[in-house]
Amino acid sequence: MEGFITQQLSLEAKRQEENFPIYQLVTPEGELTDDGERIYNAELVRRMYKHVLRARLFDRKAVNLQRQGRIGTYAPFEGQEAAQIGSAMALDEKDWIFPTYRDHAATLTFGHSMVHVLLYWAGRFEGCIPPQGKHIFPPAVPIATQILHAVGAAWAEKMKGTAQVALAYFGDGATSEGDFHEGLNFASVFDVPVIFFCQNNGYAISVPVERQMRSKTIAQKALAYDMAGVRVDGNDCLAVYHATKMAAQRARDEQEPTLIEAVTWRYGAHTTADDPTKYRDQKQSEERRKYDPLLRLEKLLRGQGDWDDTWAESLHQTLQQEIEQAVREIESYPKADVTHMFDHVFAVPTWNIREQRQYCQSLLK
Amino acid sequence: MGMNLLQHDKPLRDRIEKSTKLTLVQAVTDGLKTMMNEDPSVIVLGEDVGKNGGVFRATDGLLAEFGDQRVIDTPLAEAGIIGTSIGLALNGFRPVAEIQFLGFIYPGFEQIVAHAARIRTRTSGRYTVPLVIRAPYGAGIRAPELHSDSVEAYFFHTPGIKVVVPSNPYDAKGLLIASIEDPDPVIFLEPMKSYRSERREVPTGKYTVALGKANLVQEGEDITLIAWGNMVKPTLEAAQKMEKEKRYTADVIDLRTLYPLDRETIVQSVQKTGRVVIVHEAQRTGGVGTELISLINDEALLYLRAPIERVTGYDVPVPLFSLEDDYLPSVARIADGIERVMGF
Repeated sequence: MEGFITQQLSLEAKRQEENFPIYQLVTPEGELTDDGERIYNAELVRRMYKHVLRARLFDRKAVNLQRQGRIGTYAPFEGQEAAQIGSAMALDEKDWIFPTYRDHAATLTFGHSMVHVLLYWAGRFEGCIPPQGKHIFPPAVPIATQILHAVGAAWAEKMKGTAQVALAYFGDGATSEGDFHEGLNFASVFDVPVIFFCQNNGYAISVPVERQMRSKTIAQKALAYDMAGVRVDGNDCLAVYHATKMAAQRARDEQEPTLIEAVTWRYGAHTTADDPTKYRDQKQSEERRKYDPLLRLEKLLRGQGDWDDTWAESLHQTLQQEIEQAVREIESYPKADVTHMFDHVFAVPTWNIREQRQYCQSLLK
Repeated sequence: MGMNLLQHDKPLRDRIEKSTKLTLVQAVTDGLKTMMNEDPSVIVLGEDVGKNGGVFRATDGLLAEFGDQRVIDTPLAEAGIIGTSIGLALNGFRPVAEIQFLGFIYPGFEQIVAHAARIRTRTSGRYTVPLVIRAPYGAGIRAPELHSDSVEAYFFHTPGIKVVVPSNPYDAKGLLIASIEDPDPVIFLEPMKSYRSERREVPTGKYTVALGKANLVQEGEDITLIAWGNMVKPTLEAAQKMEKEKRYTADVIDLRTLYPLDRETIVQSVQKTGRVVIVHEAQRTGGVGTELISLINDEALLYLRAPIERVTGYDVPVPLFSLEDDYLPSVARIADGIERVMGF
């Protein structure tokens, strides 16, 4: 028996977090790292600032609208803008995104309209219709399920021989679901040009990430699928942009998937129906304001001498107007037509749906 | 009497030039092959569908003919197969996903009910999912635990998907082609017990059996018997037995499509006979039979001369095979059901 044992078997798991340091191009103080120096482009950063400010103002307005009973339950994303916007800006127009219900900063940046996002939260499926030619999937409500759709859509692009890629957004909680594993596994087995973009905001509703998983990073999970894994500062819009750009390029050129973990924080509740004071010290959230993505872009532009108060002020005003206009538009939207719920169940309505539609319409008379 | 397979497809019968005798599972293969030749966007994926040709050989030979870009052996992952098929379907392909047994579909259930069934509705038609999920199902082949489940009612209850169940080789090919061509997701349930139980003439070319149309397999006067899948055969046998013994004649309806139901065929028959027995092997409570009774109450209550009888599986998990035959509706149980209705 002893003859079989030729060496000591080590069961000590290898800690991988040191292999996945947080990638940063802009420090929390708004200073460029060495890599950041090479990449910095004032015009690009000003566009980022605009998108982040736009999303933030929109998000705050949406929370207010919910509080006033003008829209339904809403999932705020304040704090996560840089992760969503940096990644969405890195894609090509014809690429695909598969968002969750918290990814409106991404969808707005990628071309969805504020009116549609608000319509969705006002309880209308019309809100899920993206602009013509834009591949923006409706927000996934179950957790992690959209990861597989992104893999399928990207796989289809590969089989069609195009250069398009798909990006799936999901949170840290999603990495506990089977669909996360199945998505990464399929993508690596079939060399699918897809980007898995995790916003690790520390909590899946109330459950902290330490209770979600034992591994120290999400990026290291890429090792198990023999794919690239990147851990990036999710509040550093430039770093997220650059990491996603590289992942997208690799997906296009080499048909390889990438897992990106963007480490970030949501200041607010999981949804407007949830009370974060029950599970999180609010001081913790206030502390995080120091690392705020919008503030960081402002500091960066100021530090580089590319900030202009008049520009910022007028930008603020224009965006406020855009938001008010969108709110006016949804509030003057015609009442939802009852036929709408019957019209898109099947390509050709079945007899039961046809008859129920007629009955429902007759009730209106 | 006699089995009138092509009764509803007369013009088609006249068009058929060539046919060949196939089993149900061979007809499935033939249907897949026909559509893969016809439409390059049709792809087949699932566990063991490639080299192995499927655990029941339903995809036998397809890999050699169409290559590994169109016949894809996937990792062992039902949510993965169905979820990626949804992505493929909404981006231009017509995937036919195989789940090895219906009893293994549960990990993929969320993808079906939360996504495949709703994407057309959620996007007001911008995105659609022309996906077919094939799954062998049903008891009677001495399979291990969980392999024999008959849970069509889960999908029957879900708006946005169609549920199709062939009972013979001719229908299997025609319904499968219609399912692949359908712009909406279809759950295509293949009765395992009928896979190799008989051979029938199957046209060699492309033809369809329309979804939502039942087959009046046999015509009679006294009673309507409604069944699908594996239950069509014992139901016919019971009908013949009762005709011989008691001179009761029966309309026997093979539903072929569970969702949408063929209301017209059912109601017409019930209005004629006034008596109904529904036969299904799935568990009784909340089964498709319950909906059929409700439909008949809505449309033909005053024609009924007796309460509608159901002969079904019991409300227990499908037992292991030592008790399988006791679980399944038998010719004797169906005949007994007919007798109860006739003697009311």
